[in-house]
Amino acid sequence: MSSKISKPAQYPFSDSFPILNEKVSGKSLVYLDNAATSQKPQCVIDALTEYYEHINANVHRGIHELSRKSTIAYEEARARLARFIGAAEAEELIWTRGTTEAINLVAGSWGLDSLKEGDEILISTMEHHSNIVPWQLVAQRTGAILRYIEIDDQGRLVLEDFPDLLNARTRIVSVSHISNSLGTVNPIRQIAEQTKSAGALLFVDGAQAVPHRRVDVQELGCDFYAFSGHKMCGPTGIGGLWARRELLESMPPYHGGGEMIRTVGRDESTWADIPHKFEAGTPNIAGAIGVAAAADFLEDLTFEAIAEHERSVISYAIERLSSIKDVQIFGPKDLVERSGVVSFVMGDAHPHDIATILDGEGVAIRAGHHCAQLVMHHFGVSATARASFYLYNSKEDVDRLAESLGLVQAIFSTS
Amino acid sequence: MTEPSLTSLYQQLILEHYRNPRNQSEIEGYTAEAHVSNPVCGDEICIQIRLAEDVIKEIRFVGKGCSISQASVSMMTSVVKGKSCDQAIQLAGRFADMMKGNQEVAADISMGDLRALRGVSKFPVRIKCALLGFDALRKALQKDQDVDRNVYSKREMIQ
Ligand SMILES: Cc1ncc(COP(=O)(O)O)c(C=O)c1O
Repeated sequence: MSSKISKPAQYPFSDSFPILNEKVSGKSLVYLDNAATSQKPQCVIDALTEYYEHINANVHRGIHELSRKSTIAYEEARARLARFIGAAEAEELIWTRGTTEAINLVAGSWGLDSLKEGDEILISTMEHHSNIVPWQLVAQRTGAILRYIEIDDQGRLVLEDFPDLLNARTRIVSVSHISNSLGTVNPIRQIAEQTKSAGALLFVDGAQAVPHRRVDVQELGCDFYAFSGHKMCGPTGIGGLWARRELLESMPPYHGGGEMIRTVGRDESTWADIPHKFEAGTPNIAGAIGVAAAADFLEDLTFEAIAEHERSVISYAIERLSSIKDVQIFGPKDLVERSGVVSFVMGDAHPHDIATILDGEGVAIRAGHHCAQLVMHHFGVSATARASFYLYNSKEDVDRLAESLGLVQAIFSTS
Repeated sequence: MTEPSLTSLYQQLILEHYRNPRNQSEIEGYTAEAHVSNPVCGDEICIQIRLAEDVIKEIRFVGKGCSISQASVSMMTSVVKGKSCDQAIQLAGRFADMMKGNQEVAADISMGDLRALRGVSKFPVRIKCALLGFDALRKALQKDQDVDRNVYSKREMIQ
């Protein structure tokens, strides 16, 4: 298999992922549900084990040796991830449970505090539900108005309309860096410039971007950036929110509790400095350490090698799937504008049926609305089948997918 | 252990009902109606029933979704038509038993075309699809206490 790939020394990446040796339905697993969550390399699993076997203690609380060690490891992990996404300093990275919590944090803290009746929040119909619902909630509570950038027939943002949608009432724009349902890569730098000149803030949902490409939050020019550890080879339950120091310092706390205070009085308390102001309660210490190991893993492989590999697998996947009768692929036609997600429908075989038949062949894909019902409405479907690729997928995986789709065809063409 | 076979799941009769659903449309003068959906996959079913003296005189549905959910509701409407409400609820219970692997029900000719769905019991994640139409039936007959409120939103039909 490595013969088809240009950097044989580093391939196959899949050797590092123990779960890929699992059998499903008696067949070797082909895991193509990476947009939902990625698998974990041995080094991440080891980092978690190491933490629980040798370091485990609560952070920022104990005087004892383990607490000191655990605090150091936790804060080093923060610094590691801050560097990973190009933040100017570690304190600008808030640990969250993932992208969803990061969006809720900003909507609940900045949003409830700053939005007034008639203010506008601008998102897009491409968004994951987690980048829609928190804004709906805050709009309902503040009287702010939620507006949408539409998508075109290739699932790209209609950015010609963007300057008209932006106006003096626009307070925040929130869009995904890469769409989870279509794979569309959005031109964040351009969006950032236009948002900035309109005097609004830009929130970028980076859940699908951080796993696949080098992200530099400062270079992107956004104000908030969110990501999830579990989609980038890290554990579940950990992710991050980045924003510049001044912005974070200007925001009120989101959750109250231990860890986030400086002093507590009977009626009032004072807050800890950032980032701890936003991290009430015992955090996911092991998760932070695990995601730092994932960042090391990805950077050791290099994003250049990952991108090159993924590009060859995805272009092969699109080529193979396009040649199957009745398969209709959604999303941008130009590969430069798309990431590792291939969303499709196939004749009258419902995506749910496709997924069951593929599962019987050991091929794991997702079927449904992918938490993007507005995208489904746009294309007039209630669900799609979605194969999403990551660094450990190979062209052989694509072949298995295509062969299994042949079986779907055989079953559904019999009556 | 042998793997559950796909050919046992995708019986001809299932695909036939999926493509040519029976009793599909709305009825005038219906006396009971229910809408159910499975937010996990987006499948939706709306059924309408005309009852007279506790007998299902007419039952029709509109829906969208996978072959299993749509074939199941199509088969169900054919089987319950002309039955009393109690008989229909009883049938729903027997069908649920078949989904748990009950072989006796799977061999019962009074289940009609529904027997073709017996293979679904081997695919746990798809059982919910097969039960969706029956949930609509129970709900329409006001005997919906068993329907899991958390799974089925009360949202109106999207399209
Ligand atoms: C684009 C996008 N945004 C947000 C999320 C939510 O991420 P999480 O569930 O990790 O909070 C996801 C993943 O499900 C996603 O793909």
